[in-house]
Amino acid sequence: MDFGPHLMLASIEGAVISAILVLTAMGLSIVFGVMRVVNVAHGEFFMLGAVFAWAVSTMIGGHAAFGFVAALLIVPVLVGCIASGVDQLILKRIDYDVDRTIVATIGILYIVQQSTLMLYGPEARPVEPPFNTRLALPWFEFGADGFQMIWPWGLSVTTYKLFVIFAAISVLGVLWFVLTRTKIGLIMRATQQDREMAQAFGVPVNRVYSWVFGLGAGLAALGAVLVVPIQQAHYLMGGDPLLLAFIVVIIGGLGSLPGTVIAAVLIGMSDGIISVFFSPTLAKIIATFLVAMVLVFRPQGLMGRVAA
Amino acid sequence: MTKTSNISRRKTLLGLGAGAGALAAGGVLPGSLGFAQAQSSAPIKIGFQKHATGIGAAYGRWYDVATNAAAARINEMGGINGRPVEIITEDDATDPGRGAEVLEKFANQHEVDVAFGTLFSHVVIGSAPRAGELKLPYFVVSEGHHVASGMLNRYTLQPGITDVKSQVISMAPFVADNLGKKVTMIYPDFAFGHDHRDFFSEAIEAQGGEVVAKIAIPPTETTFTRYFPNIPRETEVIYHVMVGPAVLTFVKEMGEFFGPSRPEIFGFIDSLEAVDIQSPGLEFLEGTYFWEGMPRYKQANESEAASAYRAAVGVNDSGAAIDDPSNVATYAHMFGCWETLHVIKAGMEAADYQGPADRAKLIEAVEAMSDMPESIEHPQGDKVFNGKTHQAFGKQFISKVGDGRLDVVHTASIEDGLYEDEVDYTTRSF
Repeated sequence: MDFGPHLMLASIEGAVISAILVLTAMGLSIVFGVMRVVNVAHGEFFMLGAVFAWAVSTMIGGHAAFGFVAALLIVPVLVGCIASGVDQLILKRIDYDVDRTIVATIGILYIVQQSTLMLYGPEARPVEPPFNTRLALPWFEFGADGFQMIWPWGLSVTTYKLFVIFAAISVLGVLWFVLTRTKIGLIMRATQQDREMAQAFGVPVNRVYSWVFGLGAGLAALGAVLVVPIQQAHYLMGGDPLLLAFIVVIIGGLGSLPGTVIAAVLIGMSDGIISVFFSPTLAKIIATFLVAMVLVFRPQGLMGRVAA
Repeated sequence: MTKTSNISRRKTLLGLGAGAGALAAGGVLPGSLGFAQAQSSAPIKIGFQKHATGIGAAYGRWYDVATNAAAARINEMGGINGRPVEIITEDDATDPGRGAEVLEKFANQHEVDVAFGTLFSHVVIGSAPRAGELKLPYFVVSEGHHVASGMLNRYTLQPGITDVKSQVISMAPFVADNLGKKVTMIYPDFAFGHDHRDFFSEAIEAQGGEVVAKIAIPPTETTFTRYFPNIPRETEVIYHVMVGPAVLTFVKEMGEFFGPSRPEIFGFIDSLEAVDIQSPGLEFLEGTYFWEGMPRYKQANESEAASAYRAAVGVNDSGAAIDDPSNVATYAHMFGCWETLHVIKAGMEAADYQGPADRAKLIEAVEAMSDMPESIEHPQGDKVFNGKTHQAFGKQFISKVGDGRLDVVHTASIEDGLYEDEVDYTTRSF
């Protein structure tokens, strides 16, 4: 494949990866930002989203679109409720202590993963996309006959992948609006800035924590519902998103939402482009190297603030 | 903590020892003495290393079905040397480290007579050295060339399924003559995929063709579109073999990449084992070709033995479970478990196997085997076993996708897949 079309294909792939990544990492970042909890089980909530998406779409039956829309509406809420339950049942009882929450969420990781293995099984199961038309993309070049439009081999995208990118941007927009322009957002930001002061002003901090933990897991689940028609639901699929989400959050700055978005696009695009031109292993190496560099030279992340 | 408890350490140890003694006397602990007298009627224990979880889970599920069906048949016929067969299953998690641990568990805890399993070549390569150290016969059903290449040991044998090198050699003439000479290979980036890469490149060159690109994909990968642009434009044939949970995604994305203008495509059915060929998104496979170890769809000329085997493992004419048609079998590979268990039976009978002391005799008896004619014990077809390389050779099938099913268009004979011996395990000591 020529360089131009090749780069275009790589960018599209990168954009799809970024779209999913930004949702997953955003969930992780909000949870850390507000609650100071490093949620190691975040990838498993992603996986639960995919598995429930399969379950819901299989139960609904009929045209693929019905099942998919139902999954899109039900699954993030369901996973969010489970996460809130986990928060009430476990995290609250250990007082959100930094060390103990890490150990606790590692435990939750294994409980969720192995329960899924027992109930859902080890198979990878597909969810049919609601629509999936292949769009061949044109490329322009100056050939012997001057400027012309060509249709390179393999340069294409599916309508569903475009939808994923669009959906992620919309969700981000809504999230930004909620966080900065509504009372819910105000309460969350107040809790983030100073837990005790917020409590003194009548913010029900414990309830906010539950909601936030649920919201974080719900965002991961939403990413998974969007990705599962491209990939498949499998009980081990939570590992990669967790790693990438951590990379993104560290580079972007833990708890910084704009930083998370910038880092997600950066990592997603570089993953797409480097793995197309070189190898996916190299892409992972570079991402991990970037993390190391950020930790050495800018420990607070690209957009993070230094603790006062 | 400075406060000492009333129960002293010595007393505790004493109590534990007495308890253990009582348990052993009652025959609760494994390996208790009362067992020796019942040796002759005690079951022959076969440890089955199963990919119950991890990336090989679909294979594990069906290897389990074939294994238990074969054991049931052997027991119905009176067992081995008058003793019943007991299959002891342990999950290896499709992981080499875990695989070696499972073998240790078989030898020391379950005290099995032989170990048996498993498909993924990295698990076999990780486990086999341990089998050699434990002096535990290890019958594998993995296709990999590692047995016949000489990298393993005298305790590891592969009598039930042809290895990749032989499969690939027997496919190359068909690919070069009917599909094209410029081949791009897509394969998983571990031992099994490297076997494909090395032996097919050699074999296609011998046919006057060439491999124009080699695309290795990590076996845990979940998205594939980014690999496809490396397929050179001059490619006439795509040769693909993928494994793992994402195989359906792989084939679907390949279809999306090519759209209406695809080259010829030849794949190993591994890319679609346990996947329904009529899944949405696979329509583009119409007219492409697959290697099959054993035809998934019942053929008009299916032998009586093959049909009896199909019934015994509970698989319908389309290669899925009779009681759940959405549960597609790993039909091209699982016959290996059935055949291997029957080889173990034949070997134990030839060696008059009585217990672990006869393990070396068992291996010598299997090494002495050569022709294994098609029969209910060998439903896939005739086999020739090479005692020196510990490897069996059988015929191979090429099927074409048409009307949403696979039908055999070419059968490669055993001779098509023979190659020179690379090792003589019989010269190695036990």
